[in-house]
Amino acid sequence: MFNPTLWRFRRFADVMPEMLNLQREMNRLFSAVGQKAPQDYPAVNIWEKEGKAVVTAEVPGIDPGKMDISVSGDLLTIAGAAENQAFAEGGTYLRQERGIGNFKRTLTLPFQVDAQAVEAKYERGVLKITLPRVKEDLPKKIKIS
Amino acid sequence: MVEKDMQKTENVSATERIRSVKTFVPRVDIYENKDALFLVADMPGVDEKTVDIELEKNVLTITGRVENGRVAGGTLMYSEYEIGDYERVFTLSEEIDRDKIVATVKNGVLRLELPKAEQVKPKKIAITAA
Repeated sequence: MFNPTLWRFRRFADVMPEMLNLQREMNRLFSAVGQKAPQDYPAVNIWEKEGKAVVTAEVPGIDPGKMDISVSGDLLTIAGAAENQAFAEGGTYLRQERGIGNFKRTLTLPFQVDAQAVEAKYERGVLKITLPRVKEDLPKKIKIS
Repeated sequence: MVEKDMQKTENVSATERIRSVKTFVPRVDIYENKDALFLVADMPGVDEKTVDIELEKNVLTITGRVENGRVAGGTLMYSEYEIGDYERVFTLSEEIDRDKIVATVKNGVLRLELPKAEQVKPKKIAITAA
């Protein structure tokens, strides 16, 4: 009934889903190569609203005056520094998880940005940049004569 | 920093909530001096109205609600981070003078000052010459 060959076959069958999983996992790992790097700081979300792009980023605890946002062509650059808060003399760190230091990130947008009309807002640690397209770049309606 | 550290950590052990949103673990710095314990937490999207701090016995719970993380009327085209609430629980080892706790929120960063109770503050003992 349970002869050795059958037993071995069953064992192999048990392993199969595992192997398929592994293959899937490997594919997932390698398919991300060359795409966006998730470790880029700050992480951004890009929204589309009324033909404008809205970029939001979570950058808590940054002095808005020290944040540097620039636009040129289709490139948006966000730079700033997360400063180490000075604390009273004689203090000791028990835990340090928050990131400190300079950051700079450049995003390529799929259109030319009207640099004059860019709006940036920094509220509650969330940066929100509204980027309209240049007029020449907007889709044109062509009338049939 | 490694990739894992840069992304928001989802809270798995938090109690279930009525609001159907994800909760995340805010990143914190904790430091102390002889008078107080300081806790600084990164909670982008919260302000003084949506943050909640609770100290029961020696369990400190900080929660933050993120209400308008989305762009109204906009469609999300590309996403690297998720929007959700924050929750984190700490067990404090020292007695805290709960009447003197000071909390401030600025630019999405919560800063807590937890003064130590008189009886646990280190005391200097003067030695008198025999």
